[in-house]
Amino acid sequence: MSGAARLARFVPYAYIAPAVAVMIAGLAYPIVEAFHLSLYDWGMGTPWATARWAGLDAFREMLAQPQVWTSVGVTLAFVVIAVTVEMVLGIALALLLEKPVRGMRAFRTVFVLPMMIAPICVGLIWRYLFDASFGPINHLLRWLGLAPQAWLAEPGLAFLAIVVTDVWQWTPFVFIMALAALQGMDASLVEAAKIDGASWRQTTFLVKLPLIKPILLVTLLMRMIDAFRGLEVIYVMTFGGPGQATELFSLHIYKAAFVSQKLGYASALSVLLLALVTVLSLCVLTVANPLKRRDEG
Amino acid sequence: MARTNAVLHYAALVALSALCLAPVVILVMTSVRTETQIFDPRWSWLFVPTLANYESVIRDGHIGRYLGNSVAISLASTVLTLALGTMCAYALARFRFLGRSPLSYGTLVLRTVPPAVLAVPVFVIWSAWGIVDSRSGVVLVYTALNLPFTIWLMYGFIEQVPEELEEAAAIDGCGPFEVFWRIILPLVKPGLAAAAIFTFRLAWNEFILSFILTNRYTRTLPASISNYITDTGVEWGKIMAAGVLIALPPLVFTFVAAKQIITGLTAGAVKG
Repeated sequence: MSGAARLARFVPYAYIAPAVAVMIAGLAYPIVEAFHLSLYDWGMGTPWATARWAGLDAFREMLAQPQVWTSVGVTLAFVVIAVTVEMVLGIALALLLEKPVRGMRAFRTVFVLPMMIAPICVGLIWRYLFDASFGPINHLLRWLGLAPQAWLAEPGLAFLAIVVTDVWQWTPFVFIMALAALQGMDASLVEAAKIDGASWRQTTFLVKLPLIKPILLVTLLMRMIDAFRGLEVIYVMTFGGPGQATELFSLHIYKAAFVSQKLGYASALSVLLLALVTVLSLCVLTVANPLKRRDEG
Repeated sequence: MARTNAVLHYAALVALSALCLAPVVILVMTSVRTETQIFDPRWSWLFVPTLANYESVIRDGHIGRYLGNSVAISLASTVLTLALGTMCAYALARFRFLGRSPLSYGTLVLRTVPPAVLAVPVFVIWSAWGIVDSRSGVVLVYTALNLPFTIWLMYGFIEQVPEELEEAAAIDGCGPFEVFWRIILPLVKPGLAAAAIFTFRLAWNEFILSFILTNRYTRTLPASISNYITDTGVEWGKIMAAGVLIALPPLVFTFVAAKQIITGLTAGAVKG
């Protein structure tokens, strides 16, 4: 019996071992390696033997580079503006359209589409839509009698274009999350508020929104993390240009590594991005930890 | 009054659907136009559709090879992720063991690692291990990227299976692995479906890691897109045809399995 009991103690480890091994090889070890590489001055394509120990030089260089700060600024502006627009639009639409109607499932299916399509295709589609000479958006402007714009060639407009693209792709996500939250909440509380004579505005802002706040908070953080991770849409749409107007931080890392070919320096940038995203994801965990056991409270 | 409200409600839903669909429709429309029609400064809804762009990406673009790579890599990493992820989620949901808590927190933090952060170190490590430019190298990194979400999702489903079922099976003489295989797995099929869609989507759609970790023989479809962007400009007809081929499987999934997709999307938050 004691042999069987001893065997039983190894059962959970047998279940987790393969997944843990893959996550160590594909995620944890590369992250450690990013920290390690960030301490060396190493050019792409040269043997590792030529790498020079540089200590924290890469971090010093990073903090002194105006391009880094420009990219951080662009990224923060993008995350704040795009995510705010998506949250406000998505929640407003959910509040307006929360009443279950026949055929809602078909509509929801359509709303899921933009986020299922490859980001690379999304970038492609919107680069075409925004094209200065033959893009449908300029066709529409001409048809309306307005002046066509060189959307992707002018810094302010290019930034607006990537925000519009992100809003198109991700507002439906906020909408679906808010809708699920509204339809899952305790309807009797809203009824009670209405019987007590609460106005539409009072029910919305004092009852409904506070009730679904935890879900909205997780949605917000998930959107922010994703917005920080973004790279592929702008890779095709603008490649960060004109100048650095749309150079999100992920793309900045990519360019440092595979265009400038400075692997150590790019690793230092990676460490910075990782720190930013990890802080955000720890925030998600304090709001809602899905792996917490029910009995642990 | 209620009637007008309903009409407005549907009008709003139709308008929003049109906004979601229009860009996708334009993608498909552009892929069946000739270059001359695409570059025409006058817009026209009427034109004779042509499959010339598709013919040319299939004939000269090696698209068949990229398609094969995409299918093989996506399927392999989906099967692997589901198998490993479900096993791990089962252990987290049903056993108390030393290291459970660090594993669950570690998994949740790793879920948000940006692919751009992995790009450089994975390229360096894969080169050292000799799996750069190979399909298995890409499968490994996609499986690792997908595991945290899959564990998260499957944990929720396994937790809802009544433990009495497993106890009864154990009394009837099922070993721990049999319980997992014959009791748990059949009951969490909806979760597996949702996890499969999201895993497949990442592997099918991912661009940057595939672009870095493959060569022209092992390249996946999204990474081949860059072939059509040259210094002289974009080959719009061809790139849109390739884009349609990339967008097709996720479009099909959306229409076939919208319910599972919404399960997966809301799983992270609605439980909290």
